[in-house]
Amino acid sequence: MIELIQHLINGFSMGSIYALIALGYTMVFGILQLINFAHGDVYMVGAFTGFYAIHFFKLAEHPSWLSLALTLVVAMIGSGCLGWCIERLAYRPLRKSPRINVLITAVGVSLFLEFAGQLFFGADPKFFPQVLSFEGDWSFNELKINPLQVLIFVVSIFLMLALDWMIYRTRLGRAMRATSFNLEYASLMGIPTDQVISLTFVLGSTLAGAAGVLVGLTYPKIDPLMGVLPGLKAFVAAVLGGIGNVRGAVLGALILGLSEEFLVGYGAPTFRDALAFGLLIMILLFKPTGLLGLKRAEKV
Amino acid sequence: MKLQNLTRPNYFAKTVLMGAMFSQALSGCNPKNSSLSGINARTSAATGNTIRVGEVSSLSGSEATFGLSTHRGIELAFDEINRNGGILGKKLELVTLDDRSKPEEAATAATKLIADSEVIAVLGEVASSRSIAMAPIAQNSKTPMISPSSTNPRVTEMGNYIFRVCFIDPFQGEVMAKFALEHLKVKKVAILRDVDSDYSTGLADYFTAALKKGGGTIVLDESYTSSDIDFKSQLTAIRAKKPDAILVPGYYTSVGLIARQTRELGIQAPLLGGDGWDSPKLVEIGGKALENSYFSNHYSNEDTAPKIKNFVTQFSQRYTSKPDGMAAMGYDAAMILVDSIRRSKTLSKQDLRDAIAETKGFAAVTGKISLNEQRNAVKPAVVLKIVDGLFRYQTTIQP
Repeated sequence: MIELIQHLINGFSMGSIYALIALGYTMVFGILQLINFAHGDVYMVGAFTGFYAIHFFKLAEHPSWLSLALTLVVAMIGSGCLGWCIERLAYRPLRKSPRINVLITAVGVSLFLEFAGQLFFGADPKFFPQVLSFEGDWSFNELKINPLQVLIFVVSIFLMLALDWMIYRTRLGRAMRATSFNLEYASLMGIPTDQVISLTFVLGSTLAGAAGVLVGLTYPKIDPLMGVLPGLKAFVAAVLGGIGNVRGAVLGALILGLSEEFLVGYGAPTFRDALAFGLLIMILLFKPTGLLGLKRAEKV
Repeated sequence: MKLQNLTRPNYFAKTVLMGAMFSQALSGCNPKNSSLSGINARTSAATGNTIRVGEVSSLSGSEATFGLSTHRGIELAFDEINRNGGILGKKLELVTLDDRSKPEEAATAATKLIADSEVIAVLGEVASSRSIAMAPIAQNSKTPMISPSSTNPRVTEMGNYIFRVCFIDPFQGEVMAKFALEHLKVKKVAILRDVDSDYSTGLADYFTAALKKGGGTIVLDESYTSSDIDFKSQLTAIRAKKPDAILVPGYYTSVGLIARQTRELGIQAPLLGGDGWDSPKLVEIGGKALENSYFSNHYSNEDTAPKIKNFVTQFSQRYTSKPDGMAAMGYDAAMILVDSIRRSKTLSKQDLRDAIAETKGFAAVTGKISLNEQRNAVKPAVVLKIVDGLFRYQTTIQP
């Protein structure tokens, strides 16, 4: 029983990280029908921005909530700027070209970030300093909960609720939804679609940056290729929940996190990565719109 | 927006699959386009006033400290020889290539060194998977290759031009099993192995065999892949079996994370490992979680034997850090090569191979090295304990 609860906790904390990354995929897809493959690498840059911020401000010497908040904010700003640049420099010039061109560009941007990262940050793994340390852990008999895992979960849920509120309750969110519904009509109605799209990239990248810092905090080893696999898995999570759907992305990510955890804990640990891609094939075969995805009639 | 005549789910599925294919195809492929053609056994490396020796090292990537330490060891040895007038009236020249801790790039680097730089011999690699990738290239071009510290038995089985100056995993596994049974008095051991690494799976297998022979049991054998960062699910399963010790025969970056998560789950059993732990990064990543864990290694820099003391002083003076096992092995590999060049009848690769094979009782930093018929070194191993973040000498185990 205790083992089961432990697995649940681990799965939820992993799932909420996938969720933070998946949100970026899903928002961009919702608006541009573009799969931004560079998103996993934005997450990596977020982790490294946090890493350099900690060293620059010497935050590791005074571990506290304030240091964590500062690291998070710097990393979120850094990755947000990167997201803006990617959209402005790589995707906007291709707005009118066939989607496959943009898709290939996305893969190119992803490789660019990975290899530029190896050049500038160095290819060897770095230790992510601990900006927040807890005395011991919360334990109930055998059940050990790392407070950081709970923190990841809480921060993720908070950021997701904030995003949800923004999309469904603010004028800006309405503009985003309108743009996602139909770009041309939205711009005819006076919505500055270019700015809305930029903002979507910035928001998605910001969340990825936060995920980067949270992962660095719990698994203190970061390297320039750390974004590849989580990026692809978060993408699977977004498809699983119904890509383009914000709540679906969170649901898909939690399902993926939990099923990975149980597969590794009770069965075949080396099939962890195969599971995600197996799920992707299954969902594309049987329910291509995803769990919460809506089938929209296509107007020709 | 232009392709909207397709129904959306259908179009979407296609885009997704294509995208996934692209990204896999592109990101999985690093430069490895050098072919083997153009290599033939030339000996021009030895003409002129220098003898050129190649080195393949993981100077960056996940095992960067291994490559850097080994490189420094080799550099120290070569400089020492050159300072004292070189060898046979010639200077030694070292050509080093970085393989970024990837087997396919180690193979490319070996090809480049042999074909383009025309080296007389190749030193490297540390990791067994990468040495196994390099070995066929050295063998096919009949270039002697000496691995400083690849311990998987398969490395030297690749051909008669492939040597190593360290012990092999059947012995290293036995050492840890013996240590667990006799010194730690533990019977129930769990294993967490890296399935991506020939070194890790080999060491885990030999440990299992030796432990069972000595009356111990393996309560659970779990595995991970080297890109994993979360090991809690495997460790939760291990915790349920209540082992007395856990063998983690991986490399230091993963081991650091594993140690942390082991303690986070409240497992107090000591961790055991092999020479893949030997890096300052291990303690940086693992921190306090590694206290009272043990690993086997090639030597201890605390040893007071004059040879070791002298090496430690020289190394620390030059690099302002203490030499780890990898540095000592790099130094020894270089010195054995130099000694063999001296004994070799001519400077042809063939004669050099024969000279290396005849190495007997060479007094190296890590002990007396004799190469046996399988081209492996036979020598004792030490067990180190991690105390206050330092690697403290525990015991020496003889073959």
